[in-house]
Amino acid sequence: MMRQPLLEVQHLRTRFETYRGTLRAVDGVSLTVSRGETVALVGESGCGKSVAALSIMRLIRPPGRIAGGRVILDGRDLLEASEVEMRGIRGGRIAMVFQDPLSTLNPTFTVESQVTETLRVHRVAAGAQARDRAIELLDAMGIPAPRERLRSYPHELSGGMRQRVMIAIAVSCQPEVLIADEPTTALDVTLQAQIMDLLATIKEERGLATVLITHDLGIVAQFAEKAAVMYAGQIVEECPVSRLMEEPLHPYTSGLLRCVPRLGRPDVPITPIEGTVPDLVSLPAGCRFAPRCPKVMARCRQAMPPPYEVDAQRLVRCFLYAGADTASAAEEED
Amino acid sequence: MWGRFVGHRLLQLIPVLIGVSFIVFLTMHLTPGDPIEHMLGQAGRITQAQIDELRSHYGLDRPLLVQYGLFLGNAAVGDFGPSYSHQGRSVSQVVAERFPATLELTLFAFALGIMLAIPAGVVASLRPHGRFDRTATVTALLGISMPGFWLGIMLMIVFGLRLQWLPISGRIDLALVPQYVTGLHTVDSLLAGDGAAFWSALKHLALPGLAMAAPMAAMVMRMVRSSMIGVLGQDYVQFARAKGLPERDVIGKHALRNALIPTVNIVALQTGLLLSGNMIIETVFQYPGLGKLAVDAIAAADYPLVQAVVLIYAVSYVLLNLAADVLHAALDPRVRLA
Repeated sequence: MMRQPLLEVQHLRTRFETYRGTLRAVDGVSLTVSRGETVALVGESGCGKSVAALSIMRLIRPPGRIAGGRVILDGRDLLEASEVEMRGIRGGRIAMVFQDPLSTLNPTFTVESQVTETLRVHRVAAGAQARDRAIELLDAMGIPAPRERLRSYPHELSGGMRQRVMIAIAVSCQPEVLIADEPTTALDVTLQAQIMDLLATIKEERGLATVLITHDLGIVAQFAEKAAVMYAGQIVEECPVSRLMEEPLHPYTSGLLRCVPRLGRPDVPITPIEGTVPDLVSLPAGCRFAPRCPKVMARCRQAMPPPYEVDAQRLVRCFLYAGADTASAAEEED
Repeated sequence: MWGRFVGHRLLQLIPVLIGVSFIVFLTMHLTPGDPIEHMLGQAGRITQAQIDELRSHYGLDRPLLVQYGLFLGNAAVGDFGPSYSHQGRSVSQVVAERFPATLELTLFAFALGIMLAIPAGVVASLRPHGRFDRTATVTALLGISMPGFWLGIMLMIVFGLRLQWLPISGRIDLALVPQYVTGLHTVDSLLAGDGAAFWSALKHLALPGLAMAAPMAAMVMRMVRSSMIGVLGQDYVQFARAKGLPERDVIGKHALRNALIPTVNIVALQTGLLLSGNMIIETVFQYPGLGKLAVDAIAAADYPLVQAVVLIYAVSYVLLNLAADVLHAALDPRVRLA
C-alpha cells in the first residue's frame, strides 16, 4: 500500500528563546501523512507534540521560532511560503482542532459569526449563502436544531456541542489535512467516543490526511494507522499502530504501554516510568531517555542514537537496534 | 431583553439618587457661612427684621427635613429655586446656560482620551517591552502622576504663551459664537456651516480637553495593554489564526472585543474622575462651564446652585455607570440577564 504522501515534515526544529537559554521544543521531527491516513503523534505533556503541530501551521510566535527543516504540503515547502499564502493554507488546506473547545471558541461571538467568518475569509461563501452552509455543517456534525444553534454563544452549549462546532469550523473549507490536537482530552469518556467517531467519519468521507495528537494510547489503537512516539522533542519510534501495540521496540514506548491500565486484567500491573521528563533547555548529552531507561548502556550516555530503520515500516531511535538496521540509518544533521 | 435590562438598572438608580441628594443637601447646610450674611455683606446697615424676612423668603427658617423635602420635590421638576449669587435668576436658568459648555468639554476630553488610549494600548500589547510599549508606559506614568491643574498650567505656558498656538481661556472667539441650537459650539458651528467658528471652538477645547483627558487616557491605555496581553495568549486567538484570519481581524476583532470587557469598567470609573477634574480644569482655564460655576458658587455660599451642580455631577456619574453596565453586557454575552 504505497500512498503518495500529502504532508511531509522533515527534520523540523522549533526553539524558544527563554531567559534560561534555548529551549528545543521540537528537535528534528520527521513525519509523513498520506490522504485518508491517520498518523498519531503520541507522547507525554510537554514532549513537543503541540509545538510540532503549531509549527506545521507556522503559528509559532516569538520568543519561539522554527529553526530549520521543511514542511512540504503537496510539493510546496510551507516554511518558504509568504504570510499571505499561509493565511490561505491555514483553515483552507490545513485545518486544526484544539483541545479545549470552551477556550478555543471566542466567548463574545455567536456560533454563526465564528463559522461564517472562516467561510468568508477563504471566499467559500458569504452572506445568506454562508449562513446556509453553516447550518449544513452543524447538521453534518450531528448538532440538533442547527438553525437555532447559530444564535448561541459558546457558553450556552455543552462541551460536546462546542467540540462539534469547532470541528465544523475546521472542516468548513474542505481542508486536505486535519491536525487534531488532543481533540477529546477535555471531554468525558462517552463524549470522547462520539467525537472520535465523528472525526473518523469525516476522515473517511473526505479522504482527509489526519495528524492526531494525543497521549491516549487507547485512542491511538482505535483510530490511527501509524503512530509516532515523541519524547523530549524527538520521535523515538515510528511504525504501524498494530505493530507498536503488539511489540513496542523503544524502551520508552514499552514504558508508555505499561502505564495503561488494562480493562478486565487486574493481574497486569501498571508500571509508571521512573524519573521525569528532561529539561528541554539543558538536555542530557546522549540519548534523552537514557536517565530513565531501564535498558540503558554506556554509549547511550555519550552519543545520541540516530533513528534506525528496523524494517521498511519501522524506525527506532535506540542503540539496542543498531544491529538490526537494514539500511544505513539516516544520520541526523545538527 | 435590553429594555428590561436597562429599565431594571434605571429603577435601581432611584434610591441612589435620593441618598446622594440628601448628602448634598446636608453637607451644604453643615458648612459654615450664612448665605444671608453673604448676600447682605455689601449692603451696609441692615436690621434683624430684614434678615429674618429674607430667611423666611428663602425658606431657611423652616426645619431641615422640611427644607430637604421641599428641595427634593422641587428638584424633581427641575426647580432649584432662585440663585443667591446670580441676582434675579433661577438656579435652573444659570445651570442651563453653563451645562452645554461642560458637556462639550467632557465629551471632547472623553473622545480624545479614548482615541489615544485604545490604539496606544493595543499597539503596546503587540510587542510588550518593545520601544513603543516603553515610550507609552513612561508617558502614561507621567499622565497618571501629574496633577490636572499643574498639567493645565504647563500646557498653557507651553502651547498658549510660548508657542502661541492655542488659546488659553474661554470657549470660542466671541465674534464667532454660532446660532444657539444645541449649545455645543462645535456642533452648532457645523450646523451653521461656519468652518471658522468650528475651528475656533475646537482650538479652545484642545488644552483643557487634553489636561482633563490625560490621567484617564493613561489609566485606560495601561488597562487595554494588560488585558490585550492576557487575551492574546488565549486559545481563541490561536484558533482565529489557525482559521486563516488576517492579523487585522485576529487583533481588531477577536482579541480587542475581549480585551475591552474589563476596560469598560475602568473607563467608567476614570470618566467619573474626569468629571471631578472638570471643576479644577475649568477654573484653571477660565472655561465658562458647570465646574467653574460650582467653584464660584461655593465661594459665594450659593447653596441652591451648589446643590444643583453637585446633583448633576452625581446623576452623570450614576448614568455613566449604567452606560458601562449596558456596554459591558453588549460586549460580553455571558453577563446578560437570562
